[in-house]
Amino acid sequence: MITALAQTQLVHLSGVDLAIIIFYFALVLAIGFYLRGRANTGEDFFMAGREMTAWVAGLSFLSANLGALELMGWAGSAYQYGILATHWYWIGAIPAMLFLALVMMPFYYISKTHSVPGYLKLRFGESSRALSAVSFAFMTVLMSGVNMFAMAKVMQIVLGWPLSFSIWISSLTVAIYVALGGLRSAIFNEVLQFFLIWAGALLIPILGLYEAGGWAHLKVLITQRASAEYVHLWSGLGSFGTNPMGINWVGIVFGLGAIISMGYWTTDFLVVQRILAAKDMRSAQLAPIIGAAFKMFVPIIVILPGLLGLALLPMKLTGESNALLTGGHSYNDVLPLMLARYCGPGLLGLGVTALIAGFMSGMAGNVSAFTTVWTYDIYRALINKKASDAHYVSMGRWTTVIGVLISVGTAYLVMHSASIMDYVQALFSFFIAPLFGTVILGMLWKRATGPAAFWGLFLGTLSSIGMWVWVKVDPTALQYVALSSHAKPMAQDMFQALWAFVICVVVTVVVSLVTKPKPDAELEGLVYGLTPIPSQKGIALYQRPIFWAGVVTVVFVSLNIIFW
Amino acid sequence: MTEKSEISIWFFIGLSLLGNGAVITGAGLYEYFHPPAVKVVLFGAHANIWWGAFLALVGAAYCIYFSPGKRRA
Repeated sequence: MITALAQTQLVHLSGVDLAIIIFYFALVLAIGFYLRGRANTGEDFFMAGREMTAWVAGLSFLSANLGALELMGWAGSAYQYGILATHWYWIGAIPAMLFLALVMMPFYYISKTHSVPGYLKLRFGESSRALSAVSFAFMTVLMSGVNMFAMAKVMQIVLGWPLSFSIWISSLTVAIYVALGGLRSAIFNEVLQFFLIWAGALLIPILGLYEAGGWAHLKVLITQRASAEYVHLWSGLGSFGTNPMGINWVGIVFGLGAIISMGYWTTDFLVVQRILAAKDMRSAQLAPIIGAAFKMFVPIIVILPGLLGLALLPMKLTGESNALLTGGHSYNDVLPLMLARYCGPGLLGLGVTALIAGFMSGMAGNVSAFTTVWTYDIYRALINKKASDAHYVSMGRWTTVIGVLISVGTAYLVMHSASIMDYVQALFSFFIAPLFGTVILGMLWKRATGPAAFWGLFLGTLSSIGMWVWVKVDPTALQYVALSSHAKPMAQDMFQALWAFVICVVVTVVVSLVTKPKPDAELEGLVYGLTPIPSQKGIALYQRPIFWAGVVTVVFVSLNIIFW
Repeated sequence: MTEKSEISIWFFIGLSLLGNGAVITGAGLYEYFHPPAVKVVLFGAHANIWWGAFLALVGAAYCIYFSPGKRRA
């Protein structure tokens, strides 16, 4: 994700641009100070009082994932792989978001859990909660540090800012507004960031399409500079060798669509926490649907700039290592390059502010999720069970600051050993797929038992680590993991997740069948068939989550057919 | 945003769009009358003027509709 070191910084900011950036920092701090009086109880600080509307929860849910590195990385992927990168926004997100809304959210919401590990405690007992909480807390805070370093590197390359300046300014700002206002402050700033990202990034596709002569002519230009496969979503996925990514439809549909995205969007507490803050069940169900509706159009500001860069930029972008050797630009530079291409004073500042805002809200998301899991699922569960609510709020504020400091420490660690970054990013992915298996079995199968959940989660994670190490030690092992000698590294994540999920589910089912299940009375409100779902009969059709999920599905299918 | 909030999140967003939009439009107008030596691609479209004005209008609408203390149905 780190962009290559170019000879000179990519853009030069004027006084107007700096004024816009400073205005953003002032505004987020003002929001934090304004909300400090509304974070006095545990429910307020950790759950934002559970009073967010569907719109606020939905946009925050989406924004927590819409970080600057995500924007720049996927714009770079679009330059490198073409429109195939859109799969991570469509099949790699929309079905999972709708599944969360319609199938899983009732169990999360009715159980009144404060976190995903908290749900595992209610459903399976302490051992599963401890395993998932410790792994989540540890990895979240490390990931936050890795992202912090990567963003500081981007700011150094794009703007020429020193690494330490970017790290400390952004992390201290996040620490202040989250420690003051808790989850509510993080959510408010995420919604603000959502608008800033669109305001700062939407001009690139508008002006780019104008310069390219429209979508039809853009496709012609891309075909000339790369190949026709770069503008088709599905037609090249028949086999590993007929598309730029070296992946097939099985990996995309089952690895990405059915496992990785399901795992991320339905069990990663970083995003689920935003939905749990919704004011009622209908809002909690509508929020991911609103998020999905907007997610479908994020490729306009991420994928399209990458494709426009491929068609219009005079220079040829390359991979990281080659860019380092030649002093040229890497794929990940495409978004800042397009920003500098069209944006004069003011607009450039807004674009850079969008990137900074994306990074800071992502970090705030990590920190607020870490704080909740540490305080409720580790500190209260394992260390100090009987403290007062005020004590836990105080612990939450301190944990916010300490979490940020650990992230800063991790950022400096990565600065001295870049390989740590690859390991941390890989480690994080190990937990997602098996955790989805554990949670979904817990919600849909009442026979699943506590010991089975623990061993399924543990062995699923272990298998994922095992496959990763296997391919690391012997790269030819990828052909066995992905079931094809033509598979490229991008396919590894998909198939690794698929196998980890299968192993988790098989182990959980087998162990469940030989262990004693919980009585039905203890599973009420936690499992399908034993959870009374509130009726929506009295609600107008256009106000029902199922109606809007249907609308989103129709648009989603249509888009995939149009860009087939 | 919520019933208990005195200042809505949408007001803050309006403030952000209004402030940024006004500054961007101002910068665009300055560039219109004092064109820079090195111009961005499609400089003639003067995107900062109309895009800044659009953001400022949307921001102003949000600020008015969600202004603190205003009662809404």
